[in-house]
Amino acid sequence: MSAQLTDTVRVETAASAAPERRLNPFVRAALLVVALLVVLALPWYIYPPVAMDILAWGLFAISVDLLLGFTGLLSFGHAAFWGMSAYTTGYIATQVGVPFPVAILGGTLAAMLIAIPTGYLAVRRTGIYFAMVTLAFAQMLYFIANQASDITGGENGLQGIPKTFFGIELVETDSFYFYYAALPIILLGAFIAWRTVSSPFGRVLLAIRDNPARARALGYDVERYKIMVFVISAGIAGLAGGVFSVSHGFASLQELVWTTSGKVVLMTVLGGIGTLWGGPLGAAVVVLLEDQLASSGFNGIGIITGAIFIIIVLLFRKGIWGTAADFIERIRSGMASRGRGDA
Amino acid sequence: MSASPTTTEPLSQPPESGTGTAILRTVDLTKDFRGFTAVNSVNLEVADNTIHALVGPNGAGKTTLFNLLTGFLQPTSGQILLRGDDIAGKQPEQIAHMGVARSFQITSLFDEMTLVEHLELALASPTGLGYKFWSSRKRLGAFRERSMELLSEVGLADRSGQRAGSLAYGQKRALEIALALANNPSLLLLDEPTAGMGIEDVDRTIELVKKVSPGRAVVFVDHNMHVVGSLADSVTVLQSGEVLAEGTYDQVRNDERVITAYLGETGDTHE
Ligand SMILES: Nc1ncnc2c1ncn2[C@@H]1O[C@H](COP(=O)(O)OP(=O)(O)OP(=O)(O)O)[C@@H](O)[C@H]1O
Ligand SMILES: [Mg+2]
Repeated sequence: MSAQLTDTVRVETAASAAPERRLNPFVRAALLVVALLVVLALPWYIYPPVAMDILAWGLFAISVDLLLGFTGLLSFGHAAFWGMSAYTTGYIATQVGVPFPVAILGGTLAAMLIAIPTGYLAVRRTGIYFAMVTLAFAQMLYFIANQASDITGGENGLQGIPKTFFGIELVETDSFYFYYAALPIILLGAFIAWRTVSSPFGRVLLAIRDNPARARALGYDVERYKIMVFVISAGIAGLAGGVFSVSHGFASLQELVWTTSGKVVLMTVLGGIGTLWGGPLGAAVVVLLEDQLASSGFNGIGIITGAIFIIIVLLFRKGIWGTAADFIERIRSGMASRGRGDA
Repeated sequence: MSASPTTTEPLSQPPESGTGTAILRTVDLTKDFRGFTAVNSVNLEVADNTIHALVGPNGAGKTTLFNLLTGFLQPTSGQILLRGDDIAGKQPEQIAHMGVARSFQITSLFDEMTLVEHLELALASPTGLGYKFWSSRKRLGAFRERSMELLSEVGLADRSGQRAGSLAYGQKRALEIALALANNPSLLLLDEPTAGMGIEDVDRTIELVKKVSPGRAVVFVDHNMHVVGSLADSVTVLQSGEVLAEGTYDQVRNDERVITAYLGETGDTHE
């Protein structure tokens, strides 16, 4: 009978995700080391700009997971923050000529700034309505960027963003070195996300995700928490978008278009929500796939990624990482029970 | 007396302590759902240090009244006075911080969290620790000891590490009560605390509510007349959103209108 409470509409996928896979701390530490090694080795094996794309999209997906997996909010307008930072970073870098990490910081602040009013309006809604408000906002920003062509370059985009790195001028062919110069920014973003979910604040987010009415009855100002995590998430998306635009040397309308919002949600769900790890995995799959398809001259990329998405979601309901984590846990407990001599 | 329109508050003298002071009072409280009046001009008065039962047939408006009192629904008209201050229009989290705690009729927990995590979150709420996104969640452990005390109070200490979703129904109800008690509320609202419980759990709950009631006001909804009879100092009977009768349990039980209302509701007799 108390289903009359106003807050009970939730994003279904988020509600059914486990709060965190309680992998053994030792396994977790080992995985972290492996992940770091992979990230460090990546540009030796993959064309560095593509490796950079994986990290940028991966961090972008982490920012979406913070909302979707840990708070139960589906943002369908995250391109707004990625794109806002891409343009602002590019603008600062071309106009002021500061080192690119400083420009990215500026872009990130801009993304967080516009996230405040967006978040304020969006968190009053839940479920699909929340997604629609965020989408509408991103569309508005797209429209503005298209109109303000003397700043954004309109259809042509903002070109010639330099990769100035504290006195060193990295050029197009230095993408291998740029990868390592930008890596700390990506790791910073991932660290902030991890810190956020493993804080008392992060516990409240899970409570809000699982039962907003109960969280309110306990005295938690649910809307305020949602705005805060929304702004943090926008900041992380901003770090990613800034790295992306400097890496490519330009910012275009592509960064703000709604399919970019869709693509990052796809990556996140593909990798497994509520995990933080999943986003980068999903991003790697999608970016590598698109790269393969593009270099083979195939021009129906959307269809293929869409089909793969459907297959993976049907096969692995918890996404790639969620399924892998369950698998590791099964093997581990299997070994443990064999050790005890169980059947 | 001055002509001040604000609530009358004693200037120097503290109010007469103990029973008799109304901690909660509603004035013509009304809630319309698109033309359907679920709560109709209810004037309820709950004295401090008492246990007050709210009874009435299904759909009488009891839960709606609780939702109004706790800010989950906004009244269409009327006032809700908490210690004399009108709290109508306030949000649930604000009302929670004013010392009003509630449990839900439909068990409302965080299924993936352990019992002790539930209580830690409840206890951390007034401290603002929840806003700290840069510190370790281990800091919630500061509330561990008090959490365990509360869990043992409701008989759940041995399940503290279990996920709430895996509890049996009666245990979930007990956890609801522990959560409501966590921050020592001055007004405790329990919506059908014993619904669906076995007889043993019902008696345990009665004892628990008795034990925790001193020093605060308790309002509870229950269909079980054994619970109402053993706990309530006073009873309000609601029907179709209106107050049908009020008084002690014995007064209300023998009230003609109440008997008719209940006989009409429970179809015990053959038609
Ligand atoms: N949000 C809502 N919108 C429309 N009608 C509602 C809403 N909430 C409650 N009602 C109606 O108001 C009436 C009172 O419901 P309420 O849940 O308060 O009853 P109750 O006394 O708690 O009943 P029960 O004993 O079954 O729990 C019911 O007829 C219900 O259908
Ligand atoms: Mg009810």
